[in-house]
Amino acid sequence: MEILALSGVSKSFPGVKALDDVRLSLRAGEVMALVGENGAGKSTLVKILTGIEKPDAGEILIDGAPVDFGSPFDAWRAGITAIHQETVMFDDLTVAENIHMGHHPTLGRGPFRRFVDWRAMRAHTSAVLARLEVNISPDTVLRELTVAQKHIVGIAKALSHDSRIVIMDEPTAALSQHEIGELYKIVAQLKAAGKAVLFISHKFDELFAIADRWTVLRDGRFIGAGTIGDVTRDELVTMMVGRRLDQVFPKVTVPIGETVLEVEDLSHPTEFDGISFKLGRGEILGFYGLVGAGRSEAMQALFGITRPSRGRVRIAGREITVRNPSDAIRAGIAYVPEDRQIQGAILPMSITENITLPMVDRVNGGPVLRPKRERALARRFGERLAVKATHWDQPVANLSGGNQQKVLIAKWLATDPAVIILDEPTKGIDVGSKAAVHEFMGELVKSGLAVILVSSELPEILGMSDNIIVMHEGRIRRRFRRAEATAEAVVTAATGGA
Amino acid sequence: MTSLRYEVADRRKAAAADFWLRWEVLLLVLLGIVMLVNSRLSPWFLDYYNLLDSTFNFSEKAIMALSMTLIIVTRDIDLSVASIIALASVFMGLAAQAGAGVPLLVLIGLATGLLAGFANGAIITRFQIPAIVVTIGTMSLFRGIAYVVLGDTAITSYPAGFSWFGQSYLVWSIPFEFVLFLVLAAVFGFVLHFTTTGRRIYAIGNNPVAARFSGIPVDRYRLVLFTLNGLMAGLAAVLLTSRIGSTRPNIAAGWELEVITMVVLGGVSIMGGSGTISGVFIAVFVLGMMTFGLSLMNVPGIVMSVFVGVLLIASIAVPILIRRMLRR
Repeated sequence: MEILALSGVSKSFPGVKALDDVRLSLRAGEVMALVGENGAGKSTLVKILTGIEKPDAGEILIDGAPVDFGSPFDAWRAGITAIHQETVMFDDLTVAENIHMGHHPTLGRGPFRRFVDWRAMRAHTSAVLARLEVNISPDTVLRELTVAQKHIVGIAKALSHDSRIVIMDEPTAALSQHEIGELYKIVAQLKAAGKAVLFISHKFDELFAIADRWTVLRDGRFIGAGTIGDVTRDELVTMMVGRRLDQVFPKVTVPIGETVLEVEDLSHPTEFDGISFKLGRGEILGFYGLVGAGRSEAMQALFGITRPSRGRVRIAGREITVRNPSDAIRAGIAYVPEDRQIQGAILPMSITENITLPMVDRVNGGPVLRPKRERALARRFGERLAVKATHWDQPVANLSGGNQQKVLIAKWLATDPAVIILDEPTKGIDVGSKAAVHEFMGELVKSGLAVILVSSELPEILGMSDNIIVMHEGRIRRRFRRAEATAEAVVTAATGGA
Repeated sequence: MTSLRYEVADRRKAAAADFWLRWEVLLLVLLGIVMLVNSRLSPWFLDYYNLLDSTFNFSEKAIMALSMTLIIVTRDIDLSVASIIALASVFMGLAAQAGAGVPLLVLIGLATGLLAGFANGAIITRFQIPAIVVTIGTMSLFRGIAYVVLGDTAITSYPAGFSWFGQSYLVWSIPFEFVLFLVLAAVFGFVLHFTTTGRRIYAIGNNPVAARFSGIPVDRYRLVLFTLNGLMAGLAAVLLTSRIGSTRPNIAAGWELEVITMVVLGGVSIMGGSGTISGVFIAVFVLGMMTFGLSLMNVPGIVMSVFVGVLLIASIAVPILIRRMLRR
């Protein structure tokens, strides 16, 4: 029986069409696998289903009747619950309080009718947890639970008010093998109880283990759907990466010069292990992997933000020790971080102040500020990146995402680096700025810089890189030369396949 | 990309509203009002010698407000400054009882402040504990040591020359303390607004993560600022002890809040990242003159604190209301 049907759903954000005419159907007692690359539109779809975003067009039917979610609360009342890493949980409240957040039982009558009925709440929690056959006390404070147990609390929350549709977004990402087994059991129970489960995962093994049907999205479009028994892993991968709209990348190939950066056995106790690679002048080295594969962490270790447990780094053949970012800057490494607003820009400060910050002493030629010199430098690099602003003293906060990113690249270029690491440089910026950033990467390599491109966008990695390193769970899984890299092979390596 | 160019001006065209909505200008207007009211209420207010002598009441706090400004701009806070004064004063007193000379007393006062401030900064940055928690702790700790050492007694046996720092006048009857404040204000203003150090302090206050990603040793800066703040409290201890000529364990009680009041009234955001030394400089006079005027009218200290409280809350609420009105 079909519980939920989506048809013609579209959603645009400034500069991006996140979803375009997408359909999806969920049946009672079935697990639907939602498959797609990063940026395929899965999270937007989840946000629409949970009432966080409103679709621009399309129809959502529950039991055949159209619904319109004005708020997350509407979706929740309609029986839809999502469990994902960022599920709102209250770490300092108990399991019972978390499960009943927003719908706690009350004493119900008399002067105390608005008071919480703690006894009923605890009993109900115990009952729900018992149904899941897990051993967690309702009075435990959430902070004391493991990630897996927190997921189970999330599921219990879904069960506690009879959700009929449970969305699980990468629920196993942080779980151990044993915990994953427990989760599978619970999914089986949900199925048996007649719930519809939407299961989002990058791990094909688990999709084939628990899903009944599949739907593939790519570039915000519906690609196909069917029963899991009738499809192979390779077919799914092909559908995921597909033949794209001819996205043209302004790839500039310059002969790769002498080795600038040499990394040997860079390791960290938990995040990455045994990372070794060489990077030459004029080379763009792409790092691809799923979220959590350890790419950013490894880059931040190169830049002195995280401390590696072992490993050697050489710049132009000379071994360097990077204890902090200023060591890295001095050695000629620049890092444009993924999180523009928090790690990158100092939003309330001006474009000029942002651009000159990493080398403010060098620009001013001493401890005393010389505004003219600073502005000249900001103008030189700001214009090189075609930053669109009204004046150079404008706060970076007032710029568009794309222009903020340009300011940040200008900031790091102004440090005159030998190696520039771009971590997700086009994430969440408009198409025009994206093209400008890609084009600019060509200019960088022409001027002899070595570029590391960390990206979760497959076309970008394939389109821009000379060489590609694919990481999986903290290790380098495979290396590709540009010519031999295919979308299928790269995705397979990133998901842990051969 | 070279084909794509935008015309970007060097700076924004200045508008009249920029000037009139500056916090410093509003404070100057407020100061003018306070002066006007005071001169109407008391015929002695505008007396040259009276006015200069009134600076004795706030110079020591004002000196501490300068370094406290840097602390608050970097999103930290130091509640232990008044207790540092007590601690430094006690050590100076003990040294004086043991027969130490004036230079050694000054050195002990400054060194105690420096070390206490360093202790604050070291605990905060080493263990990554919020400054408010650590300095509430050291506030009790330092003051507690003073009480343990002195009990109910007071030390008054300071050498004759020691009174110079807190009681002497320079040219034109200007108190030494006040001159010291003016000089230090100029130095702090220069460092915060015209040097790369000041730029980094603002960067840390606006976004400590991005500051770190830009190569700024954030924790080292914080440690140095707490040490400096301790040193300034040590200096205030020398001046205050010299001025009143005695040490009691409750010396400078409650001053930490008065110092922070000066900074906040001066337009320094308690969330960090913004504020100027000139704003704090003017706020020092607003508060100083208001207190002076009220005392000329024999208003008791308890009532004064009511005025200060109202002024502080109004100074934060009014700009928010104005901004809301402008947005409409």
